[in-house]
Amino acid sequence: MSREDDPAAAWRRLAALTPARIALGRAGSGLPTREVLRFGLAHAQARDAVHTPLDVDGVRAGIAALGFESVVVASAAPDRATYLRRPDLGRRLDAASTAALAAAAAGDPVDLALVVADGLSARAIHEGAVPLLTALTPALTGAGWRLAPVVVATQSRVALSDAVGALLRARAVAVLIGERPGLSSPDSLGIYLTFDPRPGRTDAERNCLSNVRAAGLTPDLAAFKLHWLIDQALSRRLTGVALKDESDRLLPGPGPGAVADDARLTPPPSAGEDAARSGAGEGNPLPERSRAS
Amino acid sequence: MTYRHVVGPRTFVFADLAELMAKASPPRSGDRLAGLAAGSAEEGMAARWCLAEVPLADILARPLIPYEADDVTRLILDSHDAAAFARIAHLTVGDFREFLLTASSETLAAIAPGVTPEIAAAVSKIMRNQDLILVARKARVVTRLRNTIGLPGTLAVRLQPNHPSDDPAGITASILDGLAYGCGDACIGINPVSDSVQGLTGLLHLLAELIDRFAIPTQGCVLTHVTTTLEAMNRGVPVDLVFQSIAGTQGANASFGVTLAVLKEAHEAALAQKRGTLGDNVMYFETGQGSALSAEAHHGIDQQTLEARAYAVARAFRPLLVNTVVGFIGPEYLYDGKEIIRAGLEDHFCGKLMGVPLGVDVCYTNHAEADQDDMDTLLTLLGAAGVTYVMGVPGADDVMLNYQSTSFHDQLYLREVMGLRRAPEFAAWLARMGLTDADGVLLPGGGAPLLAAAPGLATTPELAA
Repeated sequence: MSREDDPAAAWRRLAALTPARIALGRAGSGLPTREVLRFGLAHAQARDAVHTPLDVDGVRAGIAALGFESVVVASAAPDRATYLRRPDLGRRLDAASTAALAAAAAGDPVDLALVVADGLSARAIHEGAVPLLTALTPALTGAGWRLAPVVVATQSRVALSDAVGALLRARAVAVLIGERPGLSSPDSLGIYLTFDPRPGRTDAERNCLSNVRAAGLTPDLAAFKLHWLIDQALSRRLTGVALKDESDRLLPGPGPGAVADDARLTPPPSAGEDAARSGAGEGNPLPERSRAS
Repeated sequence: MTYRHVVGPRTFVFADLAELMAKASPPRSGDRLAGLAAGSAEEGMAARWCLAEVPLADILARPLIPYEADDVTRLILDSHDAAAFARIAHLTVGDFREFLLTASSETLAAIAPGVTPEIAAAVSKIMRNQDLILVARKARVVTRLRNTIGLPGTLAVRLQPNHPSDDPAGITASILDGLAYGCGDACIGINPVSDSVQGLTGLLHLLAELIDRFAIPTQGCVLTHVTTTLEAMNRGVPVDLVFQSIAGTQGANASFGVTLAVLKEAHEAALAQKRGTLGDNVMYFETGQGSALSAEAHHGIDQQTLEARAYAVARAFRPLLVNTVVGFIGPEYLYDGKEIIRAGLEDHFCGKLMGVPLGVDVCYTNHAEADQDDMDTLLTLLGAAGVTYVMGVPGADDVMLNYQSTSFHDQLYLREVMGLRRAPEFAAWLARMGLTDADGVLLPGGGAPLLAAAPGLATTPELAA
């Protein structure tokens, strides 16, 4: 067969089988210039995703256009450099934010609080938060849930949502947060849902949808799954390992194969934004390498 | 016991050996996060000066974690070789540094069973990077299963063909690419997405069939939890190497879901498989600074000392391979390139001094202050230090674990610059396959002989499943 006689064609075929960077060619022991630059660009994009500040006004405008109120909060990490070194500070609200949320919660308890947080990729929020909320809005309004104002959080880790949810007296909290950017996924959004949020919750008590982005778990599908999970969490009064994502059963057809990999039942240890230090999250950094679920 | 050191008008006081060692550690974010780091640069140097005057015998006599409280401490002390230690028992930490700089390879091998992790960590803290490189280079550790790893002048590579959905065809494609670059003598090791026994079984068969088909003198490994691998062995699935992440305290190991007893059970089960042709080193461990703090099981001990204690766990099971995953955990433990480079050299030194076949996953995440230049620097330094093996990841981009490691090309670079060869049996196989010349240099042709030998894999890779 001619394909077997032509190594270049065979390698092209192999390269199509994986997103891994194979069949790159070489210049002596080094990479071809094209590949050095391609890698450098991907790393630059991932770095920018980590260090670009959240465009709070832009995000709030997008949320307002959907008809939601919003409140801005900050974690106890004063800047990005501190945030990266001190995950514990990123899980706590600063004093002003605590006061602001206490004031915002003056009314009745709510069913759901939504948090939009920069995490480790503001780009993921800039590009993905409003599309996700847009897809989710019909379900939110249709379900008749009492909603808190949407909270926009900066220098935030996943577990900040526990404090937010508790202050807002929310039965459940869902945080949309920028995940740790991969070299080929600087725009990946994670969603963590926690029933009965309060400080001290572990990752094992959350449900997670990971890799939400146009090229991964699409916003429409993620919103569908999130709606299902919220509904289950509120009726069964729990989230975490005891709540399995069975929303696929409601989808028409044989089910989207790719979704099974992207929509994990419990937080994927390394796909999270290096999330809460507990449970399956950053508590076990090395077993993450085997992605035990 | 309190330690004191006077610098001019100031007296620095350290409450105990744990505090002294923590404050003597070169700066890193994880020790700051734990509240253990020196408060000033001067305090850090005072601690190092003070530590240099501590006798090795005192370190042995004062376990940082009590014997009763921690099975890793018990393992360290119960297995300590007093005869090997006798040659260095009279030395202080400072003396020991000078002893190591002048010691021969034979001497280093002889004292290794007498070196506890705390002793290795203590001396590393007063050593500069060049000391860590020079001594590690002399400390050779040779292991065997189906080939010979760790001989002087050699560097092995773990071929790491991960795929975001464990797709057999995609994994096979990455393996073929890696073999074409002469990677895979340490092992062909997959980090799977799934931790299920079914998933593990499929991947283990894939590896075994590929290795058999090409008669590659190497070993396969799927890096799942040890209990999953045990279950696979019980079901008769071929397992060359048993993998597990380990740490330096009983509590941290518990957070990984492992005990020393489980590791022993898995070690014995793997030995019973008798899949080695040249030796019976059947274990593969990964470690990394910060894992104990992350598991809230650090006992107020600095992360580098705890990392060395993980090598004591590894040493007990005569592993084929052990590697620190030095930049994987994130910037809250090692913030930037400088901290990652220092930690990589420390880990490699401590492992080798203790007689453990240490490799390094030279790596970083995108939220660390590091880039490819830092990795080039650490890789080059480790090449000089005689590192046992490094990772071979396609294009340095692990598309499953989302971090950057070293690439197929990086190992070619290191071989060319340092004159490092592969494991001899694997090198001979590459030459037989027509992929390299007799000197181990890749032949042009883009791995054509490999593709020609595997037409089914090249055109219909799904058959490999």
